[in-house]
Amino acid sequence: MINPSTLEEYTQLRPTSLEAFEMLRRDNASILLREKEKGKRIIGAYCTYFPRELAQAMGAIYVGLCGTIDAPIAAAEKDLPRNLCPLIKSSYGLAITDRCPYFVMADMIIGETTCDGKKKMFELLSEKGLKNIYVMHLPQVPDEPSSLALWISELRRLRTYLESTFGVTITDESLREAIHLTNEEARARQAMFDLNKRKPAVLSGMDMVNITFLTGFQADRQESIRMVDAVTAELTEKANNGYAVGTLLTKRILLTGTPVGIGNEKVVKLVEEAGALIVAKETCGGYKTVGLRIDENDPRDPIVLLAEKYLKIPCSVMSPNGDRLGLLERMVKDFQVDGVIDLTWQACHTYNVESYAVAKLVEEKLRLPFLHLETDYSQSDTETLRVRIEAFLETINN
Amino acid sequence: MLVSGLDVGSRTIALVEWDGVQVVREEVVFTGTSPLENSQKLTRGRHYDRMIATGYGRHFITEHSLADGVITEIKAYALGAKQLFPDAHTVLDIGGQDSKVILMSGNGNVIKFEMNDRCAAGTGRFLENMASALGLSVAELGVHALRAEKSIPLSSMCTVFAESEVVSLIGQGADSHCVALGIHEAIVNRINAVVQRVGINPSFVFAGGVAYNPCMRKLLAEKLCPEINVPSDPQTVGALGAAIQAQNDLQKGQAS
Repeated sequence: MINPSTLEEYTQLRPTSLEAFEMLRRDNASILLREKEKGKRIIGAYCTYFPRELAQAMGAIYVGLCGTIDAPIAAAEKDLPRNLCPLIKSSYGLAITDRCPYFVMADMIIGETTCDGKKKMFELLSEKGLKNIYVMHLPQVPDEPSSLALWISELRRLRTYLESTFGVTITDESLREAIHLTNEEARARQAMFDLNKRKPAVLSGMDMVNITFLTGFQADRQESIRMVDAVTAELTEKANNGYAVGTLLTKRILLTGTPVGIGNEKVVKLVEEAGALIVAKETCGGYKTVGLRIDENDPRDPIVLLAEKYLKIPCSVMSPNGDRLGLLERMVKDFQVDGVIDLTWQACHTYNVESYAVAKLVEEKLRLPFLHLETDYSQSDTETLRVRIEAFLETINN
Repeated sequence: MLVSGLDVGSRTIALVEWDGVQVVREEVVFTGTSPLENSQKLTRGRHYDRMIATGYGRHFITEHSLADGVITEIKAYALGAKQLFPDAHTVLDIGGQDSKVILMSGNGNVIKFEMNDRCAAGTGRFLENMASALGLSVAELGVHALRAEKSIPLSSMCTVFAESEVVSLIGQGADSHCVALGIHEAIVNRINAVVQRVGINPSFVFAGGVAYNPCMRKLLAEKLCPEINVPSDPQTVGALGAAIQAQNDLQKGQAS
């Protein structure tokens, strides 16, 4: 087993396919700008509920928007209450101060009625008149047929809106092509995440966060798939030759709860600084959505197929949200997890309340240590979090 | 064998030297603004077979090669409480800037814990501020409260808001004993909620500097658990636990 102990060793051993993502940090915005100058339409979205296939099918670029940084929260608090989740405040603050290049470049922003904070934030953002903000009505009782019917009609409404706004036609054929591309993306990501079913693991939590965060702003989805596949191929080969991150004794933690990216990665960092590894993330951008793929041989209306898929995302805004618990249970087993950390951004009521059910599952049914952390994007509680995380890891020793 | 545990807390630094059978020396000093220097002063000229640091300064002290390893306060308080009270299953520690409730297994391993969040409500710092608002020292506050005939409830648990509430109550002519009792009750109610989440066990240990406060001990006994074990020196339980960890490491032959 190869374990880098010095920075030099680490740099030498660092897989080149992982290094490649560093370029995205620099280039994502400028690549998108070039595409925009070539006349490409850009559709920005904050959430995984946006059926990105609709953007792809009209020949537009789908891009994620920023919302993981602490700095713009002060600006957001001029309009938004302080006691609101930092993800919403950060998104809003970055948008109104022109500090999210993807927001600035977008021709249109699509939101969804996910949580209360977000849907009201979209109203304020819309009122600012910076962008055309379109909000989809997301039903929240996922198993009811009436929810699916509403969601199908919402996808159709968006399709019509996009067609009339941009003067394009979204054909079923182009939707099927987009479904294929998004399936491929999910397939590639899942294969990469699944590398960590190996023990010892091969991909650190920080690398996972970095990759999922940076590819979210990537204009070229094909390139994104190629880069992720390259990681899987290189790490598989290296792992077969003994490469690993950590050892057989390294504690394997599953992270669940609210989304994490670069800027708000403090919990992932603290866990890994304490010598453990985040081996899997049941979060948006993590494992939550990669298993949701559409059967490309299903001959039904692609809008129906998309609606079915997106309504299955096990986000805490859904009630009941039993699929999340099912997914967690499978992941705990598949990734040979030693403990579960549930991260809630302060004032995210749905994840915060749902933590009760997650705790029950993990502690009582799976008999594993569980830690619920509630925090924001600031660094003020870093040391308190460090104590909790280290103490939690100490309980795994038992 | 001589090992030691150093608990570098937010308000105080505690050192315990342990020879494998008993405590041979214990000291508590204020942390101040130079935790490293103050820790070095405590250990100057002493040689330990192993030293474990705990508390907020644990990593800082260890990075400066003063200690050989670290454990968290959670584990340290569990080990320390278990050493003093072998039947203990629940530990409540109220320190300078945080409070924690720890549930242990029969052999002293931590099963579950809860800590207050970043806010100082319900901690030693809260009591210090309230004492000063009443013109008392923190040592006087508990005795003062015990002389109250009834309590005047405090509506805010935020240290800043509670302080102005106390000042305005006194301004309205409220009896300071009754206000002091209200302050203690507010903390105990808050702690009670945390303890219920972890689960309470008959063998209950109350540690940390706030355990010196007789009113807190009385109220906790009334509201939480009739039999509360308070160590003779509640401030050094974490340091003792760290020393026990040092001893355990040596016995296991771990030197990492």
